[in-house]
Amino acid sequence: MTLTLEKPEPTAIEPKTIEKVAIVISKGSLEGIYPGLIMANGARMEGIEADLFFTFFGLDAIRKDRYEGIKVATVGNPGLHMPSLIGVLPGFSALVTRMMKRQMEKIDIPPIPEFIELVADSGVRLFACKATVDMFGLTADDFVPQVEDIISVGEFYEQAAGGQIIFT
Amino acid sequence: MTMTLIADSPIDLDAEGFMTDSSQWNEQVAEKLASENGIPELTDRHWLVVRFMRERYLETGTAPSIRSLGKESGVPVKELYQLFPKGPAKLAAKIGGIPKPRGCI
Repeated sequence: MTLTLEKPEPTAIEPKTIEKVAIVISKGSLEGIYPGLIMANGARMEGIEADLFFTFFGLDAIRKDRYEGIKVATVGNPGLHMPSLIGVLPGFSALVTRMMKRQMEKIDIPPIPEFIELVADSGVRLFACKATVDMFGLTADDFVPQVEDIISVGEFYEQAAGGQIIFT
Repeated sequence: MTMTLIADSPIDLDAEGFMTDSSQWNEQVAEKLASENGIPELTDRHWLVVRFMRERYLETGTAPSIRSLGKESGVPVKELYQLFPKGPAKLAAKIGGIPKPRGCI
């Protein structure tokens, strides 16, 4: 008689589609902020529930005093294929940012303030990270009105329960 | 691709249920596609969006982005998601008898 190990019964059936995502935006450069916004908007377009959690310099995307002036990082950005020494020249970051914004407008990607409004209107919930808010000495008044709440990491995980978490 | 009969007209659909020949479309077809996709009744506001999507596609060859849909259709983004909770651009394209929008925005 041969003994075979019994296969464990699958406990739950994996759903075939993604129903919910929670996206973390942790960087404050143009190229650090856009991917998260595009993914959140793309999720809503597919009928997927989406939350955005802004932490560290990612908070700049929802700060009233900063979200209109987000720039491309021209130093230490190998993707630009130019020496960082050029990237430090005055006005260079603004120039690259302008060029990139023009390209994005061509394919109908909105500027960050309009994009924040678009995703919020689409039903994406926006949260600011409490640890960072405390660290930078900020308050709720520093953020755009679309921000729903300032929450801790623990609360973020609670909100994200049952979904996929994406860190950008 | 499958062929189905909607409101007595033969309709070609792709694997995701989007019409592959927009000339086969008519209002009865739209109503049937809507009810099969979770929208039991098309209101005037639904029609506004569906017609805008369809006309823009027929004019330009591409479906509008959610951004231009919200700005130009006459229905703001918030309401678009109330009308089509499972994705306004995708659903309005499906109901309007045009291919699935390929854009990321």
